[in-house]
Amino acid sequence: MPKIALSVNNEPVSHDVEGRLLLVDFIREVLGLTGTHVGCDTSQCGACIVHVNGLPVKSCTLLAVQADGADVTTIEGVSPDHGLNPLQQAFHEKHGLQCGFCTPGMVMTAMALIEDNPDPSDADIRHGLEGNLCRCTGYQNIVEAVRAGAKVMRG
Amino acid sequence: MQDFEYQKPKTIAEAGDAFNAQSDGSFLAGGQTLIPVLKQGLAMPSGLIDLSGIEDLQGITVTGASLSIGAMTTHARVAASPEVQKAIPALAGLAGGIGDPQVRNRGTLGGSLANNDPSADYPAAVLALSAAVVTDKRRIPADEFFTGMFETALDEGELITGVEFPVAERAAYAKFANPASRYAMAGVFVARVDGAVRVAVTGAGPGVFRVAEMEAALNKDFQAEALKGIAVPEADLLADIHASAGYRAHLIGVMAGRAVDAANANGGAA
Repeated sequence: MPKIALSVNNEPVSHDVEGRLLLVDFIREVLGLTGTHVGCDTSQCGACIVHVNGLPVKSCTLLAVQADGADVTTIEGVSPDHGLNPLQQAFHEKHGLQCGFCTPGMVMTAMALIEDNPDPSDADIRHGLEGNLCRCTGYQNIVEAVRAGAKVMRG
Repeated sequence: MQDFEYQKPKTIAEAGDAFNAQSDGSFLAGGQTLIPVLKQGLAMPSGLIDLSGIEDLQGITVTGASLSIGAMTTHARVAASPEVQKAIPALAGLAGGIGDPQVRNRGTLGGSLANNDPSADYPAAVLALSAAVVTDKRRIPADEFFTGMFETALDEGELITGVEFPVAERAAYAKFANPASRYAMAGVFVARVDGAVRVAVTGAGPGVFRVAEMEAALNKDFQAEALKGIAVPEADLLADIHASAGYRAHLIGVMAGRAVDAANANGGAA
């Protein structure tokens, strides 16, 4: 069984894993970090998005062994111990969620988007969120939340 | 998913040895198609050979009138590459419109070509630009590479190492994307290389194909108006829940016109 060693939310982790174990199952079942969600398990919904070496990827479409040696960041890694980060706060204030199931993936995608493009237009935001599905909001308030979060984050 | 042996070779030669040692090996590039296929049990390889550790499959270089891209270069890297944006802006634009950001961060040029999905974007660029697919054994001209739906000229165990694109005088890609999957329902890449126009269509047929009648018209007059009245036969096109063959035939004409306009307007950054 391959042994992997990686960093998850800045903590070193090492574990024996089967080759077929998906990264999302490693994160949820082995590490117990359940903020990363499985919505579709068919690579379409984006609820499972985490950052691998700073880039957002679908953790249901990556094997845990492929993350050997990588820096992985999950929604827990971008959230303060108490309260919300500025983007999460913006989702709260702008009603960028209803059931909230897609929100961790939305936040992880949007964090990376804002890092690349601190002042995104609505079109940039919609293009950037093409890999994230939300079945509640109709996206309008999510776009507003990302725009508002980006404004706070660029100060 | 059935378990498999996982290997991560450091060189192209090691990858070939690892493949040959398996009864039913499979190369793993970005995995954006292969991993969903494994999850559904549609493929059950004995071994997966992860190509991400092979330095020689990475990178983008421009030499004279040729742009070379390593097989394991991700769509995101192609889209963001200043070299590609300068040499063939249409190719950077195409890469930036594949799938979604997460797919672009993992998916690779070589993986897309080896899979040859009939709705994938890259095959249209490779065929229209008359690129060469370079493998660990030979160079395969684009006209010989794509042999059918999910079929290529690659032999068993043959590995794509990169693609050599000639720098086009003008080029552009226009795609009508399925709004859910972002795959092309019709995507048309138009390129003029060394004075000769090539038109390649993806998403609409069982595999990427050229449209000789459009090429002849554009060779005479490289304007969208020159395409008026040219129709691709519906009988050769796909029909599914997303679109009828007739609708796809219409889209090919519209996308071809938009691609020509874009190629004329801005050098091809469609």
